[in-house]
Amino acid sequence: MNELLEGSQAVAEAVRLCKPGVISAYPITPQTHIVEELASIIADGKLNAQFVNVESEHSAASVVLGSVATGVRSFTATSSQGLLLMAEVVFNIAGMRLPVIMTCANRAISAPLNIWNDHQDAITVRDSGWVQMHAENIQEAIDLHIQAYRIGEAPKIMLPVMVNMDGFILTHGLEVVDMPTQEQVDSFLPAYTPLYKLDVENPLTLGPLVDPDYYMEARFAVSETHKDVLKLIPLIQAEFQRTFGRSSGGLIEAYRLDDAQKVIVAMGSVCGTTKDVIDSLRSKGKKVGLLKIVTYRPFPIDAIYQALKDIPKVAVLEKAVSIGSYSPLLSEIRSIFSGKKKSPVISGFVIGLGGRDITIDSIKEVYKRLGPKPISEEYIDLKPELLEETI
Amino acid sequence: MKEIRIHARAGQGAITTATILGYAYFIEGKFPYAFPNFGAARMGAPMNAFVRVDDKPVRLRSQIYEPDYLLISDATLLRGFNCFKGFKENGIAIINERESFPVPEHRPTQKIYVVPANDIAMETIGRPLGNTALLGAFVAATDEIKLDSLFESIKHRFSGKAVDQNLLASKKGYDYILTKKAAATRKVFAAAK
Repeated sequence: MNELLEGSQAVAEAVRLCKPGVISAYPITPQTHIVEELASIIADGKLNAQFVNVESEHSAASVVLGSVATGVRSFTATSSQGLLLMAEVVFNIAGMRLPVIMTCANRAISAPLNIWNDHQDAITVRDSGWVQMHAENIQEAIDLHIQAYRIGEAPKIMLPVMVNMDGFILTHGLEVVDMPTQEQVDSFLPAYTPLYKLDVENPLTLGPLVDPDYYMEARFAVSETHKDVLKLIPLIQAEFQRTFGRSSGGLIEAYRLDDAQKVIVAMGSVCGTTKDVIDSLRSKGKKVGLLKIVTYRPFPIDAIYQALKDIPKVAVLEKAVSIGSYSPLLSEIRSIFSGKKKSPVISGFVIGLGGRDITIDSIKEVYKRLGPKPISEEYIDLKPELLEETI
Repeated sequence: MKEIRIHARAGQGAITTATILGYAYFIEGKFPYAFPNFGAARMGAPMNAFVRVDDKPVRLRSQIYEPDYLLISDATLLRGFNCFKGFKENGIAIINERESFPVPEHRPTQKIYVVPANDIAMETIGRPLGNTALLGAFVAATDEIKLDSLFESIKHRFSGKAVDQNLLASKKGYDYILTKKAAATRKVFAAAK
């Protein structure tokens, strides 16, 4: 049924439909509305779950680590500094192979303190072993949460999934969404049947000390499983479409790539603005397109290669940096084409850090700057006047 | 596509205003994207809320720089801020009246309506929350949505006695503009004679 909902409300409702038994979170802007709403839902008796109040994000992550380890479907959500405070536990959750589902309401990292959107938080834990997916709009945020449980809890996978949605832009925006029914979600997402769990009758140790004889294999195994995730996600996407009647999720989305000369690669809500710019430029005969990365971890190397190999010029647009080097997504897209006979000219642009607004002109500027030579690490909408020495 | 920019201070209900307006459009089958932009995260800080609405889902995520319509919830923002920045040539602005804050300079093609929304709110709600009165004025000034859709949206948003209070406030805001419009028309006729 179509409803007009705030992104946070919509995600809370989607999580309710997935019937987690434990939710633990610590409020942080711009994630707060999601967990406030879920706390209300539980208090109103609309979800039979325990909401565990904690004193920090480190504890929130530890609680859901523990609850999933005992075989209970769980949920948490955070942003920015909260994710950083969780970081230690985030790696543990992946290493222990526990399918925790988390919303990351993407926000910039301090200092300077900034509550607005970019992707530095999620990118900072990209190597943890979590599956990471990015929503373009509120509908996709709803749909990805429902898919996330299927992906993470698949017996062959058993890994945590982080659903990323842009802070404020999606968490605090209202949009018309088609909220699935409980029957639909129930038919798509069965109850969680863990492969293993903490059980006093059948004692088990998770995450023990392993010496150099064993550690490498544990990390290798997570890495191998990510290859299985790459195979599973398109199947989940197809099954989702059959059940819910719309395409959502997947590895990548190609938007007007046929015959495109210049293509932007991006993640999250900026893809919407980019699509509008593409339609407008296409109507003037400019051959431009977008490759939206939905799944960032595992990184869909083959799908991206196939989508971009015949494109002359590619602009990687990212809301995160790797200070002292090229930005993560730029480096990764370039590495896909290393040693390949055919490769686009791949340029990289940093955009929208700390909530700097991304306008139609910002996107046009990216297409405009794409020339015959690759550009690395150019910032869009930078204010040079703020960089002048004043002391 | 139509774009509405609301100028307010944090705590004055600009997000609620955008939500109610967005929901009224939604009732009429449109696709609104209503969203806030916070400045400093504290009460009283200048902030904006926006509604971008179209016949198909809105994908554009930027703030609104060239609004078709402006809602100025707090006229004190007219001093120190250029609330009319980027205002469309044939745009319509609704300003919550406040003594000694005159209407800024504008093009003759732009229509500006000053509404005593806080006075209406004091009368109807008992608190100076002029948002629903401003929305009533918006409906009358722009003909964008039906008054009934606004009423439905107010009923959806509020509960208890706040429903009737806000319905009345919005109706008074609406009537205020209709009266102004009628007076303006009479003037034009008189001049023509």
